[in-house]
Amino acid sequence: MDPKDLLYCKTHEWVHVAQEGGAKLATIGISAFAVEQLTDLVYMELPEVGGEVQAGQPFGEVESVKAVSPLYSPVDGEIVAVNSSLPDHLETLGEDPYDAGWIIKVRITDDSGLARLLDFAAYQKQCAEEG
Amino acid sequence: MSSDLAQTPLHAWHLKHAARMVDFAGWSMPVQYVSIVREHVATRERCTLFDVSHMGRLRFEGEDACRFLDRLLTRRVSDLAVGRVRYSLMTNESGGVLDDVLISHLESPNGQRYYLLVVNAGNREKILGWIGQHLAAGWDVRMFDRTAETAMIAVQGPRALQAVAPLLDIAPGSLKYYTAAVTRSLGRVCIVSRTGYTGEDGCELIVRAEDAVDVCNNLLRAGRELGIEPAGLGCRDTLRLEAGMPLYGHELNETLDPYQAGLGFAVNLEDRDFIGREALAALSEAGGRPVRVGLEIEGRRPAREGYAVCAAAEPGAAAVGSVTSGTLSPSLQKPIAMALVEPALSAVGTRLAVDIRGQLVPAQVVKLPFYVRSR
Repeated sequence: MDPKDLLYCKTHEWVHVAQEGGAKLATIGISAFAVEQLTDLVYMELPEVGGEVQAGQPFGEVESVKAVSPLYSPVDGEIVAVNSSLPDHLETLGEDPYDAGWIIKVRITDDSGLARLLDFAAYQKQCAEEG
Repeated sequence: MSSDLAQTPLHAWHLKHAARMVDFAGWSMPVQYVSIVREHVATRERCTLFDVSHMGRLRFEGEDACRFLDRLLTRRVSDLAVGRVRYSLMTNESGGVLDDVLISHLESPNGQRYYLLVVNAGNREKILGWIGQHLAAGWDVRMFDRTAETAMIAVQGPRALQAVAPLLDIAPGSLKYYTAAVTRSLGRVCIVSRTGYTGEDGCELIVRAEDAVDVCNNLLRAGRELGIEPAGLGCRDTLRLEAGMPLYGHELNETLDPYQAGLGFAVNLEDRDFIGREALAALSEAGGRPVRVGLEIEGRRPAREGYAVCAAAEPGAAAVGSVTSGTLSPSLQKPIAMALVEPALSAVGTRLAVDIRGQLVPAQVVKLPFYVRSR
């Protein structure tokens, strides 16, 4: 996926929304900037398929040598897929954050949270201020 | 980075080397240049240089300097020969640890002898106040806070002495562990101390602030073929944790005494008096207080400071202590931690558990240090 086409949370998750069989499907990951800031990832906790997520609420966590960071969902919905290979291959998050590094897929029940997300330009601006 | 943070003489040098700067004890310091794990491994396998200029450097001169320091430190200063360095503690009247320090007895090229006390950055103001409070009238003690006028650079790793050697007028290998000398580095005054905080061989250099950038550039050049690189405070923390060394504010504070921290060796009660001695003499005989232990934890999740240590990995197990520092050990590739636990559960091999954000993960008390270098 092209990072320019994605939406971003202030907390560095990215989301890609596609139509699939009448429902909206969100693919969620974390940005290259976030992975770079975390560095030295050591652990990742993922949710189960079938679980519910809520916009602004944590659905998992990623941990580096230094600190733990919750992963926040940008939308409400049901988890339909989890990239369960990630915890054993944390390097994927850094090497390919926007494709192989996807974290969960969610069937959206309420997409009103999407309106609060940043586009690529706005997100880049935020990263420049943080970095 | 907010501008009210203090900067070391190497601040611009860090930015030039793409360091990520963080607030550490009121100082803007590099936490890492590339990555904590990379810099950790470089220190264990080759050598790295650290800016530790934020640490306080206090110089003591005068007839009574030795007698005064002897009053303040838990180990004797009066028998510290010129050229020797000693790890010691400063305690309050109740035996609580005010700071852990290095005291060196040095002689400058013009023959003047003095003591150098290196204190933790976060404790410098407190220790300056403590010293001021205890400096009695009539004593010939002159103290100079040399922190701002000097820089301190640690060079650590199995190749550290080899990397430093071309820059110094003395062979650093001729210095024994925990000794120091005043010499020159390419013409500039330089104190070399065979000490460190990583569990590796190496030394620490103290140079004038205006010489710090040149010294670091010279080190990178002299050590290029040895694989030297700059390292930040992030890996300094993981390195000292593997080496089982306490860090003030984590394993040490004013509510803990040296015996709890496993630092009884750094208290000398014999035939001497110092602030805290009476309390420590009693504490050395008393038990019952939580003690510092090393923990190895199952799985891959590091235990963090403040996490509860429990008697067993079962729901409802009693809390028996708490984690003071933890990380995933880059050398051992498993989670390690230090914790304060009830003394009855502190024996090596004791099975405990750590509450990692709601999940009780099995852990075992292990011998400190976690890592010992092979030579």
